Amino acid sequence: MIPELGHFALILALLLSVAQAVFGLAGGARSNTAWMAASRSAVVGQFVFTALAFGTLAWAFIQRDFSVLYVATNSHSELPLFYRVAAVWGAHEGSLLLWSLCLAAWTLAVAAGSKALEAPFRSRVLGFLGLISIGFQLFMLTTSNPFKRLIPAASEGLDLNPLLQDFALAVHPPILYLGYVGFSVAFAFACATLLEGRLDAAWARWTRPWTLAAWLFLTIGIALGSWWAYYELGWGGWWFWDPVENASFMPWLAGTALIHSLAVTEKRGLFKSWTLLLAVSAFSLSLLGTFLVRSGVLISVHAFATDPKRGIFILAFLTIVIGGALLLFAWRAPRLRSSAAFEPTSRESFLLLNNAFLIAALSLILLGTLYPLFIDALELGKVTVGAPWFNLMFLVPMLPLLALLGVGMHAAWKRGLLGTAKYRLYAIAGIGIAGSLLVGGAAYGDIRPMTTLGFALALWVMLSSLAMPWARIRARQPLPAAALGMVIAHFGVGLTTLGITGVQSFKVEKDFALGVGESAQIAGYDFKLAALRDVQGMNFIGVEADVVVSREGSPVTVLHPQKRLYNSGGNPMTEAGIEVGAARDLFAALGDQLGQGRWSMRLQYKPLIRYIWLGAILIALGGLVAALDRRYRAPVQARAGEAVVPVAQ
Amino acid sequence: MAPRRKRLLAVVAILAGVGAATALAMLAFEDNLLYFYNPSQVLAGDAPSGRTFRIGGMVTEGSLKRTEGTLEVRFVVTDYQHSIPVRYEGLLPDLFREGQGVIAHGKLSAAGEFEADEVLAKHDENYMPPEVAESLHTPTPARVSE
Repeated sequence: MIPELGHFALILALLLSVAQAVFGLAGGARSNTAWMAASRSAVVGQFVFTALAFGTLAWAFIQRDFSVLYVATNSHSELPLFYRVAAVWGAHEGSLLLWSLCLAAWTLAVAAGSKALEAPFRSRVLGFLGLISIGFQLFMLTTSNPFKRLIPAASEGLDLNPLLQDFALAVHPPILYLGYVGFSVAFAFACATLLEGRLDAAWARWTRPWTLAAWLFLTIGIALGSWWAYYELGWGGWWFWDPVENASFMPWLAGTALIHSLAVTEKRGLFKSWTLLLAVSAFSLSLLGTFLVRSGVLISVHAFATDPKRGIFILAFLTIVIGGALLLFAWRAPRLRSSAAFEPTSRESFLLLNNAFLIAALSLILLGTLYPLFIDALELGKVTVGAPWFNLMFLVPMLPLLALLGVGMHAAWKRGLLGTAKYRLYAIAGIGIAGSLLVGGAAYGDIRPMTTLGFALALWVMLSSLAMPWARIRARQPLPAAALGMVIAHFGVGLTTLGITGVQSFKVEKDFALGVGESAQIAGYDFKLAALRDVQGMNFIGVEADVVVSREGSPVTVLHPQKRLYNSGGNPMTEAGIEVGAARDLFAALGDQLGQGRWSMRLQYKPLIRYIWLGAILIALGGLVAALDRRYRAPVQARAGEAVVPVAQ
Repeated sequence: MAPRRKRLLAVVAILAGVGAATALAMLAFEDNLLYFYNPSQVLAGDAPSGRTFRIGGMVTEGSLKRTEGTLEVRFVVTDYQHSIPVRYEGLLPDLFREGQGVIAHGKLSAAGEFEADEVLAKHDENYMPPEVAESLHTPTPARVSE
């Protein structure tokens, strides 16, 4: 009975989405107050019923209702409560419902938090968000209903994939989705703007905090995924250029370009159509990412054939959303003229370059991700684009981007670089290069060109970020939250660069065959397999090893890698033993029994790897600080006082 | 400079940059594309010699042999028509099992043995690696539930 209620709630949510879209768009077009109010009420209703549908599915999981097909496929009676809840979004159908819920929540937030916007514009935004909701809810109801019954009911569930039974991966999808879906707000703002054919500073200012919020969730989501891959997959890598990772990274790059381009649009009224195009792209890539990951197209283009209905729906939906938005853009964007001059060394120029490099990186990753799909679809063979290609292609635009980042932060709007800033930057560059040589030489006893370049760029970006607030404070100038956020995020970029350089240059990974009492050495550390014992968890049994690590005779730590076997059957799982450190991680994973009392073990030394994620956290934190800037929440002043650029003609 | 001309210049610069990057990217593809072959194709001589590529198929039941106490492991990958022996030194993934799909990355030795430097099994135990599924010509649903 309860699952049917959920199904029914979903149908009601779809009807309300239709009302939201129709009344929103029509009300906006006719400035009909009653219709616009109806659209806002539909937003609330849509959220309530989507949440209800989500709640009933969660309830079915908590109650172990194996008469629901989706629950029976993705849960198990012994699964702990936390993972039973997380299992709701463990596969295709439930993750779509989560997507829909995130969208309803963002829509509700927009409806509540945009009272200061002009009513017709606001109404159109809600209308466009409604159109997206319709697409997702229709997709669920026609092809991917999570409430489908299994008759007769299964006596036991198939269990949630053990890889997903982990904290980071349980919270990874919701956070990532909040990011993906959050770009729908910028997308709807862009579509509504194009429809009105008018873009002013107030628009850009309204879009900025929403975009920042979506982008910061996406940042955390990607970092969580990377962290999870590192400790849970048991490989010790932190980024694999897997299509699934790329799918979340591409909207992030587009979003990063967007928040930078929005700054120019707000402050100087430039790059208008470009900003709108980026807003459309960021969301389109989010949609593409969701579908790439969840549709099975990555598994094989021909996997579509197993359920053609889904494939066709996805293609049609992507075509309508992306094609429709681009058509709207082609039709309306020429109306958005912007004209203002700026110097080659002004901040506008640097932000333009920032966008160029980010989009170059994005295009290359898109090429590498989709190329195998095209080749496969054309029956030209099965290929994979190797990680070395992605590494190289990403590095090419990123190196100049990092170098320019340090300068661009200090450039003034419109005018060129200031004289005093110039000398400060020379000093920072000098310190960066010297520091880089020092770190490479003294700490690792090895000086290589790419490593030196990496460390130098990391120090350059970090110091340059700190120089900005330092100069401001010394000159007793105010440091608004938006500027502070920028400083924090850019410092984070430097920190992540530091981590990546350290790991990629000096990591050691090696497999060994060890018996109890035997030891192996990597990177100056001695790893001794001291003991093996049986362990038992809530829904698994396993073997745990004591790996005693020492350096030059003095003890460092004891690692406890595990090999688990879940009661629900299936394959064993590796839980790595990791000692976290400021300078390095030490990592041990337990493999298989090799005979003669030996086990295979993977030992790793990962210098500076923590800074990759610490940097990502700072990047997200910077986004949060900037999004909370008071300026964005101040009521929109009378339009007369704004730099309104009306439609030309 | 007139703003119009400036914008034109900017657009040209971006297009040139993206174009150059794409050209470089396509060139670099040559060295980094990994091709996939099934055992029948390898035995038919389709696979390149002296270059790394990927093979895939099912691990033949009972073929897994370890050299006692070392990391060396040998197994046979089959597409039910032809088989190829594989040698690997290192940790096998958790999902590796006899009778299951597998992908190995490496080179063909002169003796006709595949020297793997990486062995992959898919994350989800319900999945068969797609290349494997297709090369076996057995229609496998993406998930058991569907």
